[in-house]
Amino acid sequence: MGEYVAMPRSFAHLSDEAVVALVARSDEEALAELYDRFGRVAYGLARRVLRDDKLAEDAVQEGFLTVWRNADRFMPERAKASTWVLTLVHRRAVDLVRHEDRRRAEPLTDAAEPTPSDSAEDDAWLRFERERVQAALRQLPDQQREALELAYYGGFSQSELAERLGQPVGTIKSRMFAGLARLRELLAEPGHGEAAWKPTPFTT
Amino acid sequence: MEANALHDLTAAYALDALDAEDARRYEQHLARCERCRDELASLSDAAGSLAYATEAPMPSPDLRARILQQARSERENVVPLRPRWLAPVAATAAVAACAAIALGIWALSLSDKLDRRNQALSAQQRINAVLTDPNGNRKRFAGDRGTLVVSTSGDAVLIMRSLAAARPGRTYEAWVASGKTPRPAGTFEGGADVNVVLLGRRVPPNATVMLTLERDGGTDAPTSQPLMSVENTSRS
Repeated sequence: MGEYVAMPRSFAHLSDEAVVALVARSDEEALAELYDRFGRVAYGLARRVLRDDKLAEDAVQEGFLTVWRNADRFMPERAKASTWVLTLVHRRAVDLVRHEDRRRAEPLTDAAEPTPSDSAEDDAWLRFERERVQAALRQLPDQQREALELAYYGGFSQSELAERLGQPVGTIKSRMFAGLARLRELLAEPGHGEAAWKPTPFTT
Repeated sequence: MEANALHDLTAAYALDALDAEDARRYEQHLARCERCRDELASLSDAAGSLAYATEAPMPSPDLRARILQQARSERENVVPLRPRWLAPVAATAAVAACAAIALGIWALSLSDKLDRRNQALSAQQRINAVLTDPNGNRKRFAGDRGTLVVSTSGDAVLIMRSLAAARPGRTYEAWVASGKTPRPAGTFEGGADVNVVLLGRRVPPNATVMLTLERDGGTDAPTSQPLMSVENTSRS
């Protein structure tokens, strides 16, 4: 299978967290593996926030280099590795978008055309995930969804949002909290759990 | 800002929706507030899932090369550890504890981390905890066929290279013997270049860990001579 070229077999059976542990030991191949797992989603996210391919690449690069420099501080008890990586890229993208102040002029709908990758399996999985999260978002009350989207994709701070929407900051905080908490519930519903990690079956 | 107001910033922080000053205050608060750390961990996963709702075109192939090149250039003074699987982790818990505050969510005091070690974690998290335990014990099987890593809490991971897949109808079974009776510690199929197996039983000091081939589903007591075994003796 062609995918094995991009994903060396020695990593294919490792959890994301185990790959980060190898990155913490300055293992470049592990960093490459982490990029192959999350680079595309991170780029899609950064592009959505920044609306510029070049700036999005900058955010992804800075995010992954932060991973490289700080992997020894990652605590798997506290978060999924995927969340950690995406958070670092997102934070960088938000810093850039606030600095560039690119947000206000453009609509917040996403019109990007997805480009097929060389792996049909990746495409199918990403499409599945996208539809799953989008479906969960659609189930949120409009005001909660709006607060989440403007904050996470728009890069607006809560005080900017309060001003933009003409609401007290406390109201914005409540909508963000309620929206995220509800999203968490929706995504945790049965049938939508994480994929099982195959190589470690054990019985007692 | 009052503590209650700081608690309320968790969702905004998870979404990166605080301005710099509020984010700094919240991170300081986080270092002291376990409730917020727990809440943040959970809300951050939800926030991170929003990344998957975006269209994801392929980035330019140059981006991958640039990242790896930059990473390599930053590593110049770091001596590569070989073999990578067996090397002790460079970072000590103390380093992790000191570094924690800047990253907020990843922040934990040392004592907090130790408290949590025994709580229920997923298999992959437990494996990671074992492999990154700076005081873990590492013993090689004869012939360099693999390594047993035992954390200070007794959790144990087998790492075996080039272990052929068990024949159909058969399975590898791991055993832990601290007295005369080996107790079953999990079955697995092998076959990967590197097989990483979390044992389903803790390994006390000086116990022996063995591997046998058994029928599918495993057995309660070994029915064949061990393929390999190693003792969890402390490092000299």
